[in-house]
Amino acid sequence: MLADKDRIFTNLYGQADWGLAGARARGDWDGTKDLILKGREWIVEEIKKSQLRGRGGAGFSTGMKWSFMPKQSDGRPSYLVINADEGEPGTCKDRDMLRHDPHKLVEGCLLACVGIGAHACYIYIRGEFYQEGSNLQRAIDEAYAAGLIGKNACGSGYDCDIYLHRGAGAYICGEETALIESLEGKKGQPRLKPPFPAFCGVWGCPTTVNNVETVAVVPTILRRGAPWFASIGRPNNTGPKVFCISGHVNKPCNVEDALGVPLRELIENHAGGVRGGWDNLLAVIPGGSSMPVLSKAQADTIQMDFDYLRDAKSGLGTAAIVVMDKSTDIVRAFARLAAFYKHESCGQCTPCREGTGWMYRMLTRMAKGKATMADIDLLDAVTKQIEGHTICAFGEGAAWPVMGLLRNFRPEIEKRLGQQVKQAAE
Amino acid sequence: MSAQEAANVPQPASFEFTPENLERAKKIIAKYPTGKQQSAVMPLLDLAQRQHDNWLPIAAMEYVARLLDMAPIRVREVATFYTMYNHAPIGRHHVQICTTTPCWLRGSDTVVDACEKRLGIKLGETTADRQFTLAEAECLGACVNAPMMQVGDDYYEDLTPETTVNVLDALARGEKPKPGNQSKRLTSSPEGGFTTLLDTAKGSD
Repeated sequence: MLADKDRIFTNLYGQADWGLAGARARGDWDGTKDLILKGREWIVEEIKKSQLRGRGGAGFSTGMKWSFMPKQSDGRPSYLVINADEGEPGTCKDRDMLRHDPHKLVEGCLLACVGIGAHACYIYIRGEFYQEGSNLQRAIDEAYAAGLIGKNACGSGYDCDIYLHRGAGAYICGEETALIESLEGKKGQPRLKPPFPAFCGVWGCPTTVNNVETVAVVPTILRRGAPWFASIGRPNNTGPKVFCISGHVNKPCNVEDALGVPLRELIENHAGGVRGGWDNLLAVIPGGSSMPVLSKAQADTIQMDFDYLRDAKSGLGTAAIVVMDKSTDIVRAFARLAAFYKHESCGQCTPCREGTGWMYRMLTRMAKGKATMADIDLLDAVTKQIEGHTICAFGEGAAWPVMGLLRNFRPEIEKRLGQQVKQAAE
Repeated sequence: MSAQEAANVPQPASFEFTPENLERAKKIIAKYPTGKQQSAVMPLLDLAQRQHDNWLPIAAMEYVARLLDMAPIRVREVATFYTMYNHAPIGRHHVQICTTTPCWLRGSDTVVDACEKRLGIKLGETTADRQFTLAEAECLGACVNAPMMQVGDDYYEDLTPETTVNVLDALARGEKPKPGNQSKRLTSSPEGGFTTLLDTAKGSD
């Protein structure tokens, strides 16, 4: 288990003051000026050496992403945009950082701005997080008042403005190009890539979009050094990570642990174990609702990092673990998820707009016992018609859970439909 | 609500910001680069909605369009794309229950039932006294504190049918029930005491 001294989010539960005084007492804003003065190349190099991978779902190398930003401006300013549009079912980690440790994010924004050569940062927070947004705005105001950001931030000579932008209820705005569209005051419909945001992002300018947690860990990495961060976990899967454990556990919670921690250990150490004991486990979604579900047999041995989960044909995603015990009607659980994706599809691409409706209706039919055996193959075919045929990854996010369900729980569905056919015949 | 339903809503003839809100609007617009004032459309629609009993009449959308020098249709597109804009009057308390899978696994159905019984309305309806509108919401991002609901700007978490009714009762009495966990644990920490950060732990009371 990760030692307390190696935890980054030491006020995760809001047990202490989240304001500037409390943040300083926890070590935030300590020597920030010196870190800035070490310069852009040093910051990007440290982040590369730490092997930090994005905490928002895709797990892309943060240092590499930053290095795509132009070194010399062609006249256009560069921007940092923070994705705080947390809404992946199962995920509520950024929320704790926003409301209980907002200064970690604000300081991280400043350092990330230096790293990518930006002088302005927009934090896009989901509209429903009203109280979290208020805390964050107060932290930003405190940082301005103390001279930590704004003109000559921390006395370093670097100018950096940070603004909060509230969303208004759309899951798709968590997709980076949809978020950029939304920030420009439009419908949140994803853009085709290329051009990538690092070349042409918000207002047509070079832009880096990073998740809250990704940027909030940056100051600690720079202070404690890349080797410290890289020593936690295993190569290419490094650092502490905040996990959200929800569903059928005795004590649902958020907790920070090391990447690579065995799933069972994580659930039993922090979440009081699976309801009714480990053997009562039916299935686990390991990385937020868009990641394929794992069977109990897989959950027995799985370790929670990017590469382990990829090898298990799932993904770490946002590290949001949704536990289902044997009392779960798994078809209904996924029918409800399908309803979510149908509701949240932006409607731009036909396979996703229509396909999410198909998946929802077929799964609902199965849950209600009004489907045929042929429907299972048809559902499988629909998922494959969505996957890879849309502008953004929402299509995969909607199709993968259903694919995972069919891969791991097909016998269960067949058994249920078989019983229905038999009952109907009698 | 579909655009068609909204079309039948009686609309006020005009809308404009109060002087205080106009000041706020100017500050919001100033956050964005010169010439990119369209970026302020979402916060301004939110401001307009808050000024107008929590719903957005067409006049308000047109007013915001003029203020930001946008084509009215571009504002309407935004206002109908995002779920937090209401296109018809709603009750004083907008009760939105999250029923997405993580909340459903923890019993959001029982919270819906408790609300429907206590208020005597179904999801999507408003009470006759216009005090409560009940709605189903998609994942509100508080999954380890499921089941939960949002009332106005506040989250009420770790709900049971009993605590749900307590919250509604308090609202009906004109009080403001304490937002956050309706259980005893501290925010998203494990119930019964911390498993990490033990030197800082106050834990559950």
